[in-house]
Amino acid sequence: MAKAEKTQDEKARQRTVLKASEMDPKFKYEISKLPGAEEVMLCFQCGTCTADCPISRFDDFYRPRRLIRMTQLGLKDRLLSNDVIWLCSTCFTCIDHCPQGVGIASIVRALRNLTVKRGHMPAGYKEQVSNILKTGYAYVISDMRLRKRKEKGLPALPKTNLKSVAKLFNATGFSKTLEKVKT
Amino acid sequence: MDKPKYLLFLGCAIPYRLPSYEISTRKVLRKLGVELVEMPDFNCCGFPTDPVSHDTMLTLAARNLCLAEQRNLNIVALCNGCFGILNHVNKELKEDKEVKEKVNGYLKEIGMEFKGTVTVKHLIHVLAEDVGLEKIKETVQKPLSQLRVVQHSGCHVNRPRKYIGLEDPENPTILKKLIEVTGAECLEYMDEPECCGAPILGVDEKIPLQLTRDKLDHVKAVGAQAMITVCPYCHIMYDLNQPRIERAFNEKFGIPVLHYPQLLGLAMGITPDKLALKDLRVDATEIVNVSSQ
Ligand code: SF4
Ligand code: SF4
Repeated sequence: MAKAEKTQDEKARQRTVLKASEMDPKFKYEISKLPGAEEVMLCFQCGTCTADCPISRFDDFYRPRRLIRMTQLGLKDRLLSNDVIWLCSTCFTCIDHCPQGVGIASIVRALRNLTVKRGHMPAGYKEQVSNILKTGYAYVISDMRLRKRKEKGLPALPKTNLKSVAKLFNATGFSKTLEKVKT
Repeated sequence: MDKPKYLLFLGCAIPYRLPSYEISTRKVLRKLGVELVEMPDFNCCGFPTDPVSHDTMLTLAARNLCLAEQRNLNIVALCNGCFGILNHVNKELKEDKEVKEKVNGYLKEIGMEFKGTVTVKHLIHVLAEDVGLEKIKETVQKPLSQLRVVQHSGCHVNRPRKYIGLEDPENPTILKKLIEVTGAECLEYMDEPECCGAPILGVDEKIPLQLTRDKLDHVKAVGAQAMITVCPYCHIMYDLNQPRIERAFNEKFGIPVLHYPQLLGLAMGITPDKLALKDLRVDATEIVNVSSQ
């Protein structure tokens, strides 16, 4: 029952009429300045990307074509508050197949980067990023594993210069962004 | 000809989860006369930071490239993710002056500068291009002609095509040929070039597990005895997560998933324990038995 209601809700949400006031006509220009997203305006909505996207098979809302259209229409708040943008698995099939040369996955990445700037970042990413700052690696590799490497005759793992990593995070401004992040 | 020599970019997932891939790679490369130089002081390739900060990804990747430039050595990566990022950033910085200037601005903070003097290869490129199929064939002592397997090349070794372009991502043949050189048959199956889903495992578990389940189902349908991967993330999805998928979907697959150098190692006659075959989650005894016949 609850499930049926949810599907109804979902359908209603998708039918919702768009209000002009929700659209930010400048958004597409903002996006098109970001690396890999330059061709966002060239999308003519053929749907090839969605047809070939492995994620779209398993999620009712995730459709690359839809995300590109929403970007063109300037539905900025809807996009940047929607967890669905984190579902792209960056397989790059869409980029290879798009007849217009649109960098779909790069546009999704641009949307994610903007969401992070607003202070939202999925916990999994937050953890990996803090691991990189702490160890240089995306994971914390335990002492037990380091010992096992030795037993197996593998060379010791190199140690990263963590000061350098921290300096780079500061240089790109990402350290500042991280302070704002609430997940 | 000089002995091929590479700086090994190990990345994070292999030392964290899959020493079996590293062990078997070192064994077969030694046999093939490829020299690996340890890469000191490297950091994560940058892959996990792209979704959250593109500039941070560019900079982390570029720092690794600078370390290789300082040693004047080309990089070999074993992970598709590391290869994809390092190769892409290397090519982008070489081609795009603006991006290069921006990144060098960041790198200045740590006294480094990207110059563009090295190249980045994946393990399968080193094997197929530098060593060559003929030479690999000469090292095969026990052809695995009883074995029928499938390949899973994965995404970032081929896509986006613009930055790699070594083979058709829809019909990848490099790994296939490397498999056939061992004597094993490489079968085709439905949706072969499709993604394993690993990159979103930290955000949503259901979708990647469904994707993985579908692939295992297609592999089983053609009667393959094993699946061959060349990326730690793909391997985690198909091997480590296979029992979990079997439970979640109430199905039985039991398909061993080998790192390519494990398969090659068996064909070279290296003993299974030296190739860390016991480290695999899905039991590979049957493959070992077939290979020793
Ligand atoms: S394939 Fe390209 S042109 Fe077609 S809908 Fe997707 S982004 Fe637009
Ligand atoms: S890169 Fe993302 S949007 Fe494009 S096909 Fe793959 S999962 Fe879908």
